Amino acid sequence: MNSIIHPLLIIIWKDILLEIRSKDTIISVLVFGALLAIVFNFALNINPRQISEIAAGIIWVSFAFSAILIMNRTFVREQEQGSLDGLLLSPISRDVIFLSKVLVSFLFMITIEAILLPLFAAMLNINNFSWILLATMVLTTLGFATVGTLFSFMAVKTRSREIMLPVLFFPIILPVIIGAIEASRGSFGIGYEPSWNRWLPLIAIFDALFLVICPWIFSYLVEE
Amino acid sequence: MSIQNEPKNTDEEFRIKEHWPLVHLPKYLAVLGLVLMTINMYLIFLVAPTDIVLGHIQRIFYIHVPMAILSFLCFFIVFIGSLGYFGVFQVFKLRSIKQNTWDSVAHSAAEVGVIFVTLALITGVIWAKPVWGTWWTWEPRLTTTLILWLIYVSYLMLRSYARSTKQGAVFSAVIGIVGFVDVPIVYYSVVWWRSIHPSAVIGPFSESNSLDPTMNLILWFSFLTILVLFAYLLLERIALRNTEFDLARLKLLRELKRIR
Repeated sequence: MNSIIHPLLIIIWKDILLEIRSKDTIISVLVFGALLAIVFNFALNINPRQISEIAAGIIWVSFAFSAILIMNRTFVREQEQGSLDGLLLSPISRDVIFLSKVLVSFLFMITIEAILLPLFAAMLNINNFSWILLATMVLTTLGFATVGTLFSFMAVKTRSREIMLPVLFFPIILPVIIGAIEASRGSFGIGYEPSWNRWLPLIAIFDALFLVICPWIFSYLVEE
Repeated sequence: MSIQNEPKNTDEEFRIKEHWPLVHLPKYLAVLGLVLMTINMYLIFLVAPTDIVLGHIQRIFYIHVPMAILSFLCFFIVFIGSLGYFGVFQVFKLRSIKQNTWDSVAHSAAEVGVIFVTLALITGVIWAKPVWGTWWTWEPRLTTTLILWLIYVSYLMLRSYARSTKQGAVFSAVIGIVGFVDVPIVYYSVVWWRSIHPSAVIGPFSESNSLDPTMNLILWFSFLTILVLFAYLLLERIALRNTEFDLARLKLLRELKRIR
């Protein structure tokens, strides 16, 4: 067990340390997220009556775009100095490398979301929060991180690099985005109250399925 | 260069192997498909009764339905091919099938599938306007088909953006598996989404209408025709891919010979 946990923590700590010292990902994604909130405000010309209807949509589209930016960074940074090869050469199981990358992306995303959410709540005038929103955020972000890590590994290796990730990511992740929007809408107490109890299991099933499939496929991918 | 001056080469390695056993099948399928297609057009436009409610537009349905169903079959083949590429079927004593064969089947099926699903979407949109009164509606089957189209377009994109053929094969096999597993989840999420966002589907179309026996027969005939077309396209594409590989190999061998 220790042979799994220890390297996992080392890789995660390495990435966190890199982020603490450079601070480039978190800050730029935060600014991007705030800009999205402003753009949405003018694009949709929101008035107070309809705001509660579309708040969940705005929040999750912004979170998904921010997630894409973060995941692009996870492997680009590794690729630049050839440290990815070093990571793969080290005597660590492929699954552990994959899981550590998933967890790093997850941590960065959930940090961004935790900072952006109060901002959005203030801008969109959301008053009621509940544990459902928290559960939705955790499960959805886990889904984003799992699928996104697999795809960003492939994307950085292709010729088009960053462009490829959103093209691969969004069609696959669509059910999670639908689920997240509906579950948060339920948690804001708008209209369809009982809907969250079907959307959270949907996201959870998606996460469970891809947490099994993605590490398995990753072990084939890195052999290439 | 020196190629022309060389003596005629009889080396074993320069001979193209016929590694695809069904080399001649596409020719027969092409002839059969042509005959069936002609009969099918006759049946659709002259024999099939005109729908009382929908009128002539209903005839597009004989092309649309088989295309949509067969595109799903294509993506199932892509899924199987991708799994085979990763060696999942080695437990069933299928070692004789080479990795490259799995990949070329998956790649060809994906290309044919994208064509079929594109045609299904276009015919669907043409059908939807007069029947539902709108070009597009976020109905579960429509949405799932659109997502399917996006997934397999990205499959082909990933293949062409890869740095090597091997890399393209591995990466697209990943999408072949992940994409196929994702489709039922997409379908159910949109079904549930629809159940809370009812949208106005106007027009007389209802799901439960039973088909006229003649219509049903012609639909099955169209299905057979499109199936032959599908088999022809798939086999021809696989053969073409094998030829491409042979050509690449021969070029490489020639280069090596010249260097020597």
